Amino acid sequence: MSAAHTDDNPAKLAEQHIRPNTGDGPVMLQVSDLHMAYGAIRALHGVDLTVRQGQIVTLIGCNGAGKSTTLRSISGMCKPQRGKITLEGREILGLPSHAMVRLGMAHSPEGRGIFANLTVEENLELGAFARRDKSGIAADRERALTLFPRVRERMKQMAGTLSGGEQQMLAMARALMARPRLLLLDEPSLGLAPQIVQTIFKIIREINAAGTTVLLVEQNAHMALNIAHFGYVLEVGRIVMARPAKELAASDEVRKAYLGGH
Amino acid sequence: MADFFQTLIATIAVGSLYALVALGYTLVYGILKFINFAHSDIFVLGAWTTFAGSTVFLTKFGYEPEQSPWWLGVCVLLLAIFVCGLTGYLIERFAYRPLRKAPRLNVLITAIGVSLLLQNVGQLPGLALVRGPERVVTKPADQLTDREKSTNPEIAGDTATIREPGEALATLPFGSSPKRAPTILPDAVLNETVVASGTSKGGAKRGVIVLDQAIELVPDRGYRLEIARTIDGQPRRESLNLAVEPGKYEAGVELATQPRRNPADLDGARYTLVRDPLVPIRLLDVLIVASSLVLMAGLQVLVFRTKLGSAMRAVSFNVDTASLMGINVNFVISFTFVLGTALAAAAAFLYAMKYPSLQQPASGVWVLLGLKAFVAAVVGGIGNVRGAVLGGFLIAGIEFFGARYISTELRDVYVFGLLIVVLLVRPNGLLGSAVREKV
Ligand SMILES: Nc1ncnc2c1ncn2[C@@H]1O[C@H](COP(=O)(O)OP(=O)(O)O)[C@@H](O)[C@H]1O
Ligand SMILES: [Mg+2]
Repeated sequence: MSAAHTDDNPAKLAEQHIRPNTGDGPVMLQVSDLHMAYGAIRALHGVDLTVRQGQIVTLIGCNGAGKSTTLRSISGMCKPQRGKITLEGREILGLPSHAMVRLGMAHSPEGRGIFANLTVEENLELGAFARRDKSGIAADRERALTLFPRVRERMKQMAGTLSGGEQQMLAMARALMARPRLLLLDEPSLGLAPQIVQTIFKIIREINAAGTTVLLVEQNAHMALNIAHFGYVLEVGRIVMARPAKELAASDEVRKAYLGGH
Repeated sequence: MADFFQTLIATIAVGSLYALVALGYTLVYGILKFINFAHSDIFVLGAWTTFAGSTVFLTKFGYEPEQSPWWLGVCVLLLAIFVCGLTGYLIERFAYRPLRKAPRLNVLITAIGVSLLLQNVGQLPGLALVRGPERVVTKPADQLTDREKSTNPEIAGDTATIREPGEALATLPFGSSPKRAPTILPDAVLNETVVASGTSKGGAKRGVIVLDQAIELVPDRGYRLEIARTIDGQPRRESLNLAVEPGKYEAGVELATQPRRNPADLDGARYTLVRDPLVPIRLLDVLIVASSLVLMAGLQVLVFRTKLGSAMRAVSFNVDTASLMGINVNFVISFTFVLGTALAAAAAFLYAMKYPSLQQPASGVWVLLGLKAFVAAVVGGIGNVRGAVLGGFLIAGIEFFGARYISTELRDVYVFGLLIVVLLVRPNGLLGSAVREKV
């Protein structure tokens, strides 16, 4: 697929593979021409993507393609050298991550980012760190614990003692405590048993149905494309395909490279 | 037995000071994972600020230390906390923050540099904050030395009056000679026994009281007479020591006091005979322990029961993820630094009250003191708040009991010996564990 860029007729091929995310909702997140390097290691070479309000958008790609780097750039955890990021029309590139939370973005990082030295309850409450509305926090806490009953059972436990699946649930419950309008999820299924993966994806759908826009990074392309509205394929720091999720799941290239199809 | 309890009291008083300083090391280590070697110099700054602040106040308003108003202690404590907190903030902001992403060794070396900087600035000859009374010398005008002439003496006829500024009582920076901090906290022995009180009747000899009741003086205990008299209409209190053998004394017997150059006429004076306790409990020690415990309990609540405390523990675990929670990491780190330095300032204030002879800022005495507090933090498990408190009391215990019952010369050896033993048996310290509960 990377050959698409060096083909005789790149414009035609690009058009075939990369289509704009045209949906009904207004644009929630717009990333354009994002370049990011870790010192000499260039991770992103001009990434463009759009997330519309109400959508689940997925970003799939192999290990090392730059998916996490894209999310980290969006949430301010790393500083891209070039590009533009807008959240609901507002320029956010260069803002510190703690400011993003106040703008309505929550990022559940790769590896879950659980504070092992805090109790489950303290972890959950940190999710609402930036908020002051007590009754709203209580309501969201109830909502999150209803979505993840396993977390409720473990409230007083040290978070480091949770199993992988429970930690993932805690990480997502915690992200919901910020009442985000945009939720960034980095590989929520990583290392989990298939059954738990099913549950996680079901809940992502419920969260989205309740009005939260989701940008989902996954290696499990099958599951991700199954619940997403729109999908992007990232390869060595470039978007190589962008299409509605159903079409992407059906395309030969994706089936071959990411869905294990032949 | 009395010795034992006296040593125990010293352990608790000094242990709580070690604990306060150890908390500063542990808080900073918990968050930034390096040893802030400048922490002991912050302690020195606190002690010298206490000296300078109280000296300036007492001199400017003409109080004797014993008469200082009760709120002066609070004000000087707040001043020390402010000065140390601000210095701690600036050190973190300008020396450590630029190195946040640098290898820990670089930060460690910077910390040593900051420590040396503080020591050397601290002992610079300073500008006088307050001076003692002006010195006025009068001499014949024709005997003036050249130096005296250069000070613009006032010459009237053939006498010259030379005015020299008074001695600098407190300077900023603090200079390189030791000073004595005024004791501005109240101190008294709390558990004394009043054996008798009454009015001295008759008796022509000076310096002698005449009992108006029977008393018994037991052996091996100190006795003191508190005398209240009226001299020229002014009430006057003084404290005299008895110079008599233990035994029973009837009413009407004369009791001699320790001879003085100019003994007072005690006829008609109110007297109170006080027996020293076996184990004196001093108000100052009680204040030290009480304020340290309040601070430690407050810190405990802050770290483990508040949102800011959760944020501190989150930052200590993972800075990046903490910022994703909406936590302003820079603020939390600055806050932690200021908190640690404020605790050191409080400890330094209390220390200057208990041990008012302050060595000059770069003295090795301070370095050793800071090192012991650091050892306390390591013994308890560095990064662990409760461990620092435990370590503080343990270190003081081994130091004071060792000094009392084994040998005074080796008191520092016990401390570092304990460190070695603990590190061999539990490398993470007593309360430190692999699943860290760190701040
Ligand atoms: N902290 C880092 N320092 C240096 N290189 C990094 C760092 N993080 C990621 N990279 C590099 O950037 C590229 C993209 O990484 P990443 O965004 O983590 O990929 P993905 O999440 O798609 O697996 C990889 O080549 C990776 O080695
Ligand atoms: Mg990744």
